[in-house]
Amino acid sequence: MKPLTECTIGCEGRIVKIKAKDPIKGRLFSLGLAKGSEIKILDHTLAKQTWEVESDGTKIALREEEAASVFMEPKGGCK
Amino acid sequence: MKCRNCDTDESGSRNGTGTEQKMKKIKVALAGQPNVGKSSIINSMTGARLHVGNFSGVTVEKKEIFIEKDGYEIEMVDLPGIYSLNAYTPEEQVAKKFLYNEDYDLIINVADANTLSRNLIFTFQLMDMQKKMILVVNMIDEVEKQGGKVDRDKLEELLGIPVILTSAKEHRGVDEIVDHVIEVYTSQKPKNKLFYDERIEEQIEKLVKMLHKSPHFKDPDEARFIAIRLLDRDEEVYKVIHDLPIFIELHEMLGQIYRELEMEFDEESTSDILSDERYAMAKALVLKALKKPPKKLTLTDRLDRLLIHPILGLPIFLFFMWLLFQITFEVGSVPMEWIDAAFTEISNTINAVLPAGAIQSVLADGIVPAVGSVIMFLPNILILFLGINLLEQTGYMARAAFLLDGFMKKFGLQGKAFIPLVSGFGCTVPAYMAARTLKNPKDRIITMLVLGFMSCSARLPVYVLLIGAFFPTSHAGNILFIIYISGAILGLIVAKILRMVLFKGEPEPFVMEMPPYRFPSMKALGVELWIKAKLFLKKAGTFIAGASMIIWFLSSYPHDSLLVQSYEAKIEAAIDEAAKMQLQSELAAKELENSYLGTIGKTIEPVFAPLGFDWRVSVATIAGLAAKEVVVSTLATLYAVGDADEKSNTLIERLRENISFKAAVALIVIIMIYSPCIAAMSTFWAEVPQWAWRGFYMVYPNVLAWLMAFGVYNLLGVLGY
Ligand SMILES: Nc1nc2c(ncn2[C@@H]2O[C@H](COP(=O)(O)OP(=O)(O)OP(=O)(O)O)[C@@H](O)[C@H]2O)c(=O)[nH]1
Ligand SMILES: [Mg+2]
Repeated sequence: MKPLTECTIGCEGRIVKIKAKDPIKGRLFSLGLAKGSEIKILDHTLAKQTWEVESDGTKIALREEEAASVFMEPKGGCK
Repeated sequence: MKCRNCDTDESGSRNGTGTEQKMKKIKVALAGQPNVGKSSIINSMTGARLHVGNFSGVTVEKKEIFIEKDGYEIEMVDLPGIYSLNAYTPEEQVAKKFLYNEDYDLIINVADANTLSRNLIFTFQLMDMQKKMILVVNMIDEVEKQGGKVDRDKLEELLGIPVILTSAKEHRGVDEIVDHVIEVYTSQKPKNKLFYDERIEEQIEKLVKMLHKSPHFKDPDEARFIAIRLLDRDEEVYKVIHDLPIFIELHEMLGQIYRELEMEFDEESTSDILSDERYAMAKALVLKALKKPPKKLTLTDRLDRLLIHPILGLPIFLFFMWLLFQITFEVGSVPMEWIDAAFTEISNTINAVLPAGAIQSVLADGIVPAVGSVIMFLPNILILFLGINLLEQTGYMARAAFLLDGFMKKFGLQGKAFIPLVSGFGCTVPAYMAARTLKNPKDRIITMLVLGFMSCSARLPVYVLLIGAFFPTSHAGNILFIIYISGAILGLIVAKILRMVLFKGEPEPFVMEMPPYRFPSMKALGVELWIKAKLFLKKAGTFIAGASMIIWFLSSYPHDSLLVQSYEAKIEAAIDEAAKMQLQSELAAKELENSYLGTIGKTIEPVFAPLGFDWRVSVATIAGLAAKEVVVSTLATLYAVGDADEKSNTLIERLRENISFKAAVALIVIIMIYSPCIAAMSTFWAEVPQWAWRGFYMVYPNVLAWLMAFGVYNLLGVLGY
């Protein structure tokens, strides 16, 4: 288990924990980021301040702080 | 089927109702997550022209559209998109307030077939309301193109409400919607209940019993909804309960229930428990009703690899913006001469047809050239709008917000603020409205305070005119780009200062959906441009024409007959033609200076004198507070008279002769920074209730504009211009 911000572009896995507090947690949830959903890291900006992830067909942009509060279990092959 | 107010552009206002008294009325609320195509569906159903765009938060206030069928008058209310009933941003609050408090007959819940499962989570929340409801699954074309399929019957069976599959883009299924509305409205079918886990139901039951003690919640359906919302930690509902006599008892019970459920489910909050429940239900439903092909690499994935590439993304974005302003200037100036020639021709015709006098003069010297001087810029404005529209329709807007978020954060703003800021390049009025998509009130007010620095399209004519007059044509597009970028950078700097001085605190978190890229429909683009062109021409024909009439009047009266007589005598006495001309123009100049406007101008001139403005530029600047195009039309009127040199036929040449380069740049700076037009100012007032901010907003841009212009004017002076 590690925060999204420690994963590299292309990394895939499953969300195991979301540490964010409401209302951010609720917002992430309504975009499809919930415990148990599949997730893939698509992109980040040069300074890694903003991240893009994909879950169940929805692409979501989030800031470093929010991304760091989402923890995933990467599937084999990604660092 | 008839649509009564389809041609109201974006206003959606209701016209006369007198004749259709007998019609039965049905009021329908269109609710759904953002960017699922709610507005598109209404457009496709009724031929209305609601604004659509491929990003979340296009619609930020409710709009009503009326249609008639089979003796029913159906009012469709297009609501802003809302992700969840636990609303987050102000525009979501608009939708939530409507759903909770307004009186309507049924809900059409629009869902995006591409992301059905997360859409269904919201559907379940809506179903808790126990209103009559229809589910419309839109974007079916996109799912089918990828080889997927939605099983409508299965969905209907599992949800227990009517389901319609639609594609607003291909106009499929949308006509069925009205029939279903009427059918559901008239049918007496029992409403469908959604049941949660037994342990949750037990607690809901307890809460309902308690609520029944209060006379407010005798209706079991409503009590159930309130109970569920309380478990979902809905603050609005909690506020309602707070004022009831049963509150103390209820509050105690709620605390108990929260603890029990949280223990039992091992979750942090009951709202998480409900979320998990709905999530599981949605997953199960989608598994049965949606056939999904294995995921392939989509066009969006491939485009994004390049367009939001960590290194290349930002340069590509800047290139697009540069290109836009280049094209705006270059291509836009092609038809300019034709338009100019056409209006000169009109003036000449008027001079030839009408007898000399005040009427001839007000038309040929006042209104026609002034309106013409503004309409000349229609092509530029349309190109700029086309660019902004492409940004909105393709889905690139969200990418730009993504790319700029880190940069904007440094200035105390968040990436999402990019959307209102870019709309500001088009028109400041909708941009102020679009700031509703920012949740944090501080972020929102900062964004609104700096929005005026994003030069709107009405300022474009002033820029193009001044660039044409004072800069080499080969660099015109670049200069235009620099002006717009400088405005944006100034906006960021001011935002940073505001953040440090007045609004301490972190900007709100940034979480945003990135929609797939979509090809904009040519028809929709055409319609948008047509609406913009119509609005612009209307404005030129009414507001600008009116303003220029006032300017003409103020600059032509009072007549000083003594002055005229003395000059006429001199002209008679003059020896050759050249001297006659000279005297004639001297007279005209004197008359202008003695006019009402001349007097006003002389009074305000000292304020602008340090910037190198003469009284005419000063008047034009002040007149620009009404609308920025008026600056151009006023300059056209004021510099049309009192000019002896026959060579300087065009406004551009006259400006060159009368205004120094330094002063022209100072004028550009003023136009860039000072208060936007009346319409924008009143929108700001409507959106911001605090008097302190209103007052601040009225003063600071003008002071800043003057100071910056003064600085630039003197800097150029030092540099030897
Ligand atoms: N392919 C396809 N695209 C669609 C369909 N319906 C809408 N769109 C596109 O989806 C985007 C969103 O449409 P809107 O009508 O603005 O969505 P909305 O639900 O009103 O969005 P908000 O007002 O932001 O809540 C636009 O780019 C539309 O062109 C459809 O059936 N098929
Ligand atoms: Mg909409």
